[in-house]
Amino acid sequence: MKFMRSLLASSAVALTLVGGVQAGEIKVGFITSMSGPVSSIGIPYAKGMQAATAYKAEVAGHKVRLIQLDDASDPSTAARNARKLVEEEKVDLLIGSAGVPSAMAVAAVARESKTPMVGISPLNITGDDGAWIVTTAQPVPLMVSAVVDSMKKAGVKTVAYIGFSDSWGDLVYDGLTKSADAAGIKVVTNERYARADSSVAGQVLKMVAARPDAVITGGSGTPGALPYLALAERGFKGPIYGTHALINPDFVRVAGPSAQGLLAPTGPIIVADQLPANYPTRKISMDFRSVYQRVHNAPTTDGFSAYAFDAWLVMLDAASRVTSKAEPGSAAYRAALKDAIFATKELAGTHGVFNFKPGSIYGMDERSRVIVKLDKGVWTLQQP
Amino acid sequence: MNWDIALILGIDGLASGAVYLLAGLGLVLVFSVTRVVFVPFGDIAAFSALTLAAFEMGRTPPTIGLVLVLTVLAVLTEVGSLVRQREWARVPRALLLWGGAPLLPCLLAWGVGGTSMSPALQIVVSVLLVVPVAPLLARVVLQPIANASALVLLMVSLALHFLLSGLGLMFFGPEGSRTQSLTNASFTLGAGFNVSGQVALMVACALVLSGLFFLMFERTLMGKALRATAVNRVGARLVGIRPARTALLAYGASSLLAGFIGVLIAPVTTMYYDSGFIIGLKAFVAAIIGGLVSYPMTAVGALAVGIVESFASFWSGALKDVIVFSLLIPVLLLRSYLTYHSEEDEEELDQ
Repeated sequence: MKFMRSLLASSAVALTLVGGVQAGEIKVGFITSMSGPVSSIGIPYAKGMQAATAYKAEVAGHKVRLIQLDDASDPSTAARNARKLVEEEKVDLLIGSAGVPSAMAVAAVARESKTPMVGISPLNITGDDGAWIVTTAQPVPLMVSAVVDSMKKAGVKTVAYIGFSDSWGDLVYDGLTKSADAAGIKVVTNERYARADSSVAGQVLKMVAARPDAVITGGSGTPGALPYLALAERGFKGPIYGTHALINPDFVRVAGPSAQGLLAPTGPIIVADQLPANYPTRKISMDFRSVYQRVHNAPTTDGFSAYAFDAWLVMLDAASRVTSKAEPGSAAYRAALKDAIFATKELAGTHGVFNFKPGSIYGMDERSRVIVKLDKGVWTLQQP
Repeated sequence: MNWDIALILGIDGLASGAVYLLAGLGLVLVFSVTRVVFVPFGDIAAFSALTLAAFEMGRTPPTIGLVLVLTVLAVLTEVGSLVRQREWARVPRALLLWGGAPLLPCLLAWGVGGTSMSPALQIVVSVLLVVPVAPLLARVVLQPIANASALVLLMVSLALHFLLSGLGLMFFGPEGSRTQSLTNASFTLGAGFNVSGQVALMVACALVLSGLFFLMFERTLMGKALRATAVNRVGARLVGIRPARTALLAYGASSLLAGFIGVLIAPVTTMYYDSGFIIGLKAFVAAIIGGLVSYPMTAVGALAVGIVESFASFWSGALKDVIVFSLLIPVLLLRSYLTYHSEEDEEELDQ
């Protein structure tokens, strides 16, 4: 009996001790698409995040705990999950989600609940709406302008466009028309298709009929391979361009020889081993590759896992600079964390060097993009 | 739009129409015999395509596991119902039929998976492997509620679709696959206008298979039993046709069709674990044009859907699916003017 009582007493002490540690825990809510059409990029994001938590999960004396939820590629589920994380789990930071429409839904919740958010996809948020939000993805115009520069150098005068019939397709098209106008290149078509479509023969016919010098697409992952396959079938011989959203090994597998010679902009992580030794992102990129290899027992081959890893780096860096005495889980801590995020300076990530300032959700410059060429199934760095 | 473009679009539409034709036949067959709108049809087609892709990548397809689990469940259901009816003598035969038959393609796939086998054998095994899926699913889930209302059956079949597509994601992952083209031949018609051998093969397969279906329904006892059940379930029972048996045949035949669709379209479109659903949905539009009973009208509808889809993608890529599914509205309006509502009476008779 006496023994039992002492056991109870000691476990009560242990419980309070554990409780004490937990109070200082930073909670990070992570939403990604583990199922549905966006899962082909959502699952790599989740894998990158697993590597990130294995890389470092403690900062300034606080343990960092990750809570991951699936949004099934559905923006309304993403919003519901974000609300759940904020209200029930009282997370200090939101990360997510894979698809742009879902991420916009998460951003709305972050803004409303005054929770800092680190996005992992190229969001389209400006002004006060983005006061609590940053993203680790490159702004689409920055990436597309790199492609347009490359087109200009190759002497392209007209370009045909085909993209997804969603906000990703719109983002690329807007970026393209802006920088193409400046470079004197004419965009001759604006064709769209859905991610789940099985054929784009009609759209591609229309593009080929416009006789463009080159073609650029605004798709992502394996659904993004469809236009290249259809173009090859129609015998289109001009140069083909793409965006960074295409870069994953499954795209290469599905597109096969039809995407030979494809030029695309990307974060330097994709060709980390081909970068010069003094490139600012090289060291952390190699660290990321080794920790990813250790966690998943497979090499990283896509850019998406690295965006999630960068989001984690931004969070760790900001949390290490929070000077406020407020404890994680409180509104004061969230505000302090947001201020710290917007004071990020020269933080080297895998996709580029981050400098966040209030007023813009993007924090990347020209160091975050390189042009790569798909040559016999391997992405090779092109000299700028 | 000039003649070249119209021709190319027409051929593209015929190719997808051929696929919708096969899928529509499967849907009409299952619906007329069992009153189930078989939503998981498309998923089975996707399974056969992805199974073939797994074989080509030198992997043992996870479909084997699915068939094995379904077999165990079906055997348990069958033996359970026999035991409840105290029909002990029929147990060994049930074990052999429900437990033995589905295992054959599994053993075949297990034996040849991972080895380098000829593409033709890979295709045959992929089709055979998905053939037991629909009959087994039906035995476990749909047959025990065969007399429920059509609405309940529809809901259950929709739930089965979500189950199968979830399993597809688990088995094959989120990324799509393409398989090697069955033929590299291409035919030149006129000036610089090519038809790829694959498209010709799809159309030919659709024609041959629908021809075989026609012969089966007209010339064989089995086909006549299926037709009899479709026309009048009670009457068919009175003359000694067992509804459970005809339902099994219908599911088996539709599974076979789904298997063919999978291997036919996998070389020309990227197949995902959930690609089957949209194929099934468009075939459903075709089947509705046929009133879910008429095979010839379904065939016409399928070709119309394929061609409308192809031209719509040229005129407005973003609105393609809107245009295809909008076809339903005039068709339903027309049908409701032209037909008498006798379905309610039929359902009364069933209960």
